[in-house]
Amino acid sequence: MDKDLVQYILGIADNALILGQRLGELCGHGPSLETDIAMTNISLDLLGQVRSYYQYAAKNIGGDATEDTIAFLRKEREYKNVLLVEQPNTDFAYSITRQFMFDIFHLLLLEKLQNSTDETLAAIAKKSIKEVSYHTRFSSDWIRRLGDGTEESHGRIQTAVNDLWTFTDELFHQTDADKAMVAEGIGVDVTLLKADFYQKVSSILTESTLETPQLQYFQKGGKQGIHSEHLGYLLTELQYMQRTYPNMNW
Amino acid sequence: MKNWPLWEVFIRSKNGLEHRHCGSLHASDATMAIENARDVYTRRMEGVSIWVVPSAQITASNPDDSAELFEPAKDKAYRHPTFYELPDELKHM
Repeated sequence: MDKDLVQYILGIADNALILGQRLGELCGHGPSLETDIAMTNISLDLLGQVRSYYQYAAKNIGGDATEDTIAFLRKEREYKNVLLVEQPNTDFAYSITRQFMFDIFHLLLLEKLQNSTDETLAAIAKKSIKEVSYHTRFSSDWIRRLGDGTEESHGRIQTAVNDLWTFTDELFHQTDADKAMVAEGIGVDVTLLKADFYQKVSSILTESTLETPQLQYFQKGGKQGIHSEHLGYLLTELQYMQRTYPNMNW
Repeated sequence: MKNWPLWEVFIRSKNGLEHRHCGSLHASDATMAIENARDVYTRRMEGVSIWVVPSAQITASNPDDSAELFEPAKDKAYRHPTFYELPDELKHM
């Protein structure tokens, strides 16, 4: 088993799993029927991508590992998603801002990952780009609408941007697995995406009459498995069926 | 969102076919209406093109007038082209 490759795959896939689960919470609870369906569509896109990544990871882990054991039977510290994606759906502004920040990063990542020397990862990236381009369009549009909307929507989206900003820097941290995979030509060097990310985000924020936060202190830990308090609750829900009725399926 | 206007959605299922009315939705403007229509009505590969029209722009016939508008056509079977002998070469009429 190539441990670095597995960790590298999980580092990408766990973001999509956890964000997909967060968005799934909005099923039946979105602010309108139309946005409800849009958010859960995005959730399903992400879960579809996750399946491809986990199937590939399972093949590399070998033994009894399957996409399901990877998704449902790991402990909190074994999930390597960034802190950003596990943040709760405090209100629609938070859900959209979290999505927007992740989408901008996600698209930059996939555009590079499609050139990976690993054919499976390159193929998954290529397929996902179409979906993520639409996610980016959807979330950026909502940032503009809410930012340049009413006083109330402007205030709320600015608050969400300010609060979630502290989680953006972690997107560009490299793990040991990252470094190993970059050296092999398989992985994407995320540090090189940073300038582009902040330039894109800030240009859309400005267009939306929003301020780009000037923060010096950033949160980190997710990539090492050290999560915020929110992830435990999310995993409890995600894993409930498999933990209560082991090996159940339908 | 309660104040968002209603839009009628038309989807073209294949190139070469016409757009067909498939439902309505709420959106604050045309761009959002297209995005919402994409999410609500094309999730199962229903279409290759979307039109949206503000519902308020549609002039509809009054249901109270249906007697005078539609009933006179009822007993005029000769308007259906079923009295012609079609040549054999015409297979898809």
